[in-house]
Amino acid sequence: MELQPGKFYVLRGENGAGKSTLLRMIAGLSEPTEGSITIFSLPSRDARARMGYMAHAPLLYDELSGMENLRFFARLYGIPSDAPLQDAIRRVGLDPALPRRVGQYSQGMRQRLSLARAIFHSPELLLLDEPFSNVDPESAAEIARLLGAMRSAGATILLVTHQVGLLASMADEFLLLSAGRLVDRGAMRGVHT
Amino acid sequence: MTTPGMSLSIAKLTANNVRKDLRLEWRSRDVLNSMLFFAGLVVIIFSFTVEPTAEESRRIAGGLIWIAFLFSTTMALNQSWARELRNGVLDAYRVAPAPPEAMFLGKCLANFLFVLMLECLMAPLFVIFYNLSAVGPAWQLVIIFLLGTWALVVNGTFFAVMSIRTRSRELMLPLLLLPVSIPAVVSMVTATTLVLSGEASPAAQIKLLAVYCVVYTTACLLLFETVLNAE
Repeated sequence: MELQPGKFYVLRGENGAGKSTLLRMIAGLSEPTEGSITIFSLPSRDARARMGYMAHAPLLYDELSGMENLRFFARLYGIPSDAPLQDAIRRVGLDPALPRRVGQYSQGMRQRLSLARAIFHSPELLLLDEPFSNVDPESAAEIARLLGAMRSAGATILLVTHQVGLLASMADEFLLLSAGRLVDRGAMRGVHT
Repeated sequence: MTTPGMSLSIAKLTANNVRKDLRLEWRSRDVLNSMLFFAGLVVIIFSFTVEPTAEESRRIAGGLIWIAFLFSTTMALNQSWARELRNGVLDAYRVAPAPPEAMFLGKCLANFLFVLMLECLMAPLFVIFYNLSAVGPAWQLVIIFLLGTWALVVNGTFFAVMSIRTRSRELMLPLLLLPVSIPAVVSMVTATTLVLSGEASPAAQIKLLAVYCVVYTTACLLLFETVLNAE
């Protein structure tokens, strides 16, 4: 399976098809049982700085505020300034000055902050696992627009969702997985939920 | 292209991790509360069951003190890694380009500070309940406690990340940690007893502890990435 840079892919398949596992393997969190993965001609571990990953779980500390969470992770990417973090928080529709700890956030707010954590370093490859779950329809549409803008800016996006309708106008291709295998792929145009 | 992660030194990343762990602990107090409760119970229960003279205290206190700190540390280590598993945060660290050694050192240093804090708080209790006073040079206790605590923490942090994903991690950590810690624990207990009783110099035990710390810190640093990424 090969993905073209700068394209927006939607990964589909029934529950247990291996969608989340595939994302984890691309992110370097799991090893494939056979075959290998290269990203920008590099092993996935060496391409980590150029990747953003959003999982089912929020991957955030409940005891820290949104900004404190992002600040901690930003330092791991060598980003010393708060400006890109504040920008990322605003882009997902949250307030960077919100002092509340993440443990007191609603599910939807956590989901948005989790997306901000995945995009603050402007990754060239964005891996997203169900980014629209737990968010209201307006927020989902807003997130979809943000992803569309990132794709227009040149990012490659691979996204798992069951809400394909939200992305029909901006995604390029769908990939259909079944029992851990790619069984179909094609243009998004005309694909319905 | 230079990756942004490369511009960060391990020292800065380690400090970033320590700051985060201290802030999390300040807000949750998971680690300190469980350690204090356990160590406090050990001190009080033992003081009721045995009523040693000052001389007897000097002979048994070394073992008692280190047993209390060893088991308290085990509890603390489980707690400190458990918070990395909540919400899957450990995965966010693993997908970041930061060297895993920084996470290990940060965790070790934060746990080291927590255990030192516990020791400072518990020391007066030991002195009061067991009528303790050192016959030998008491300043040597500082070296013994610094080295002993680091020996427990460095191994404990390493084995805790190994056991964290297992179903019975509370049981697994002591099973992995205690056998490996035996040489260090023997040195700590012997050295502490020698200082308290003033019978002989603890220099040999202190040297042994220092070597143990260097060897295990190096080994754990070299193996940490493999253990962190094992699924």
